[in-house]
Amino acid sequence: MDESEKKVWAEVLAEAKRDPRWHHSLHGCFECGVCVGSCPSARYYDYSPRRIAQAMAREDLNLLKEIVEEDIWNCSQCYACTRCPRGNSPGGLVIILREVAVKHALPSAVEAMTGYTRVIYKVMTTGTQVSSDMLQVDAFPDWGPQVADTSKHLDEWRQAIPTASLWGTKSSAWNVDQKTRLELYRIWQMTGVMDWVKPVAPSVAALLEEEFEEALEEEGEE
Amino acid sequence: MNPVRTEDLVVSRNRRHHRDPALAPTTDIREELLELEHKGELIVHRVPDPHVLVGTKYGRQKKIPMGNVWHHKSCGQCGHIPGYPTSIIWLHKMLGLDSYDPTNQTSCTGWNYYASATSNSLAQVSVACRNFAAAYKDGFYPLIHCGTSFGHYKDVREELVTQPELRREVRKVMEKLGYPLVFPEEIVHYSEWVYAVRNKLAALKVHDVSGITACVHPACHYHKLIPEDVVYDDEIYNGERTAVITGLALAFGAKVGDYSTWYDCCGFGFRHILVSRDFTRSFAARRKIEVMINEANPDVVLAQDTGCVTSLDKSQFAVKPHGVKVGVPVISDAQFAALAMGAHPFRVVQIHWHATDWRPLLEKMGIDWQSAWEEFQEDLERIKRGEIKHLEWGDVFNG
Ligand code: SF4
Ligand code: SF4
Repeated sequence: MDESEKKVWAEVLAEAKRDPRWHHSLHGCFECGVCVGSCPSARYYDYSPRRIAQAMAREDLNLLKEIVEEDIWNCSQCYACTRCPRGNSPGGLVIILREVAVKHALPSAVEAMTGYTRVIYKVMTTGTQVSSDMLQVDAFPDWGPQVADTSKHLDEWRQAIPTASLWGTKSSAWNVDQKTRLELYRIWQMTGVMDWVKPVAPSVAALLEEEFEEALEEEGEE
Repeated sequence: MNPVRTEDLVVSRNRRHHRDPALAPTTDIREELLELEHKGELIVHRVPDPHVLVGTKYGRQKKIPMGNVWHHKSCGQCGHIPGYPTSIIWLHKMLGLDSYDPTNQTSCTGWNYYASATSNSLAQVSVACRNFAAAYKDGFYPLIHCGTSFGHYKDVREELVTQPELRREVRKVMEKLGYPLVFPEEIVHYSEWVYAVRNKLAALKVHDVSGITACVHPACHYHKLIPEDVVYDDEIYNGERTAVITGLALAFGAKVGDYSTWYDCCGFGFRHILVSRDFTRSFAARRKIEVMINEANPDVVLAQDTGCVTSLDKSQFAVKPHGVKVGVPVISDAQFAALAMGAHPFRVVQIHWHATDWRPLLEKMGIDWQSAWEEFQEDLERIKRGEIKHLEWGDVFNG
């Protein structure tokens, strides 16, 4: 790692450490491997929560680079690693590192958004992450014939649910009021999330602005 | 959050837990929340009366509201397993408890946060507080349907209470939206409510489930995030695991089959279920379902969260040709209770949205699903003919 790279990764580490949750997630590491034994991702990927805790405790910039570039998106965010006898939360470190990676549009974050941006769009516009119109055979071929059945009968099945907020909903999980959607959009604006999303998912940011800016103007909001 | 001390975590497996709130490894954040209210920093939305008390991991008591709840729905449930929220609401109606199904609610957006990190603490706390303020204004107490929302909101509570600067920023956001800064006295998961009323529900049982063996999968974000707030009971698993789901199944007279990978996640992975499903499939089928079959041979898997029901249910189809032992239906504790209490399997439990064959389970429970399916087909025809626009609760209770 040359000096300029070192500087970049030292800043990534410094930014992660500025997150108040960092210090609750790392108290040094016994290297005991309890976290690895509990970790689902360690079973299927070349991934180790112990390596993350160790590298972060030692502030090893070479390992930090590898972890951010290769490991963090493999974590399942299940928090089984909180079994750690030191009170560490490697999964907690991962979410902070992911945030830093997204904020600076690091290549691993941009790559992680591949095939995922429509989900970000859905949650940021409707406030709900999934909807029944996503149940299409080409999207979920591995879920079996029930998916085809659902998409074939979707119109009437969505009306045949007595929970009123779900009536007829196909593009959101339940009916979310337009006022509520606008409030959510304003939260994304006021909290800087829109600025984070632009570099990693520019199409989502553009669609959101198109969808909500006019409505906000009509309401007299900037 | 206070750091956990190593000595507090050393537990002998043969020792009965000594539950003393004073020995809990963390401070009681709820007291700090009340102190903030006392200082005028925020409003604490009190659990309405009547409520019941249940015990948590270190012996602290948790208030569970009996009615007057704001159904804080889960996007995964409503989108893909609509019988899940519908069963929770049906159970409230069966106990004669008032509740509210809002449309001014968003999800916690935590699923996306854990999957893509395209959010930040200020946004996550603001989303939570906007929902809580909406519930407060509506006059109902939030009952959280989703396991991830439940765990995430408790993380949010830690951040809000322990970070004054963040609190100031959130207050500004809420002011601009026209809401007060409100936080609930307790974060209550629906499965805790189900657990608290399990005997009342079981008294309304119409199907004998004593021949049913269930395997229980507790949700990671229910019992691994802020575990000191999770419901435990010395009578269930000797107090070594959470008592929710299992307590309900036992109250109904079902058998609960234990299996060695109970602590493992379901393979959901938040991003994996959407973009790396080979991991989800392998983990759910091989580490969970196959182990359950080998060790307990269950008729059903009972879960308490959106992601778990989805991963464990939908992952079974594609692995079958590879010789993996699968074929166990997966439903929530609330759906199981509803079925045993005679809820319509399609109008209420909406079991047709589940992938793994549920027919053998319903038959073993003594439920005539064929007649119910015919009734439901007639509902669908009436909708298609335009005679009714949608199914209503009146159709469920009088139809
Ligand atoms: S949160 Fe991540 S690191 Fe921790 S056990 Fe789960 S998958 Fe492994
Ligand atoms: S369990 Fe904790 S102390 Fe042990 S290796 Fe993992 S992070 Fe380190």
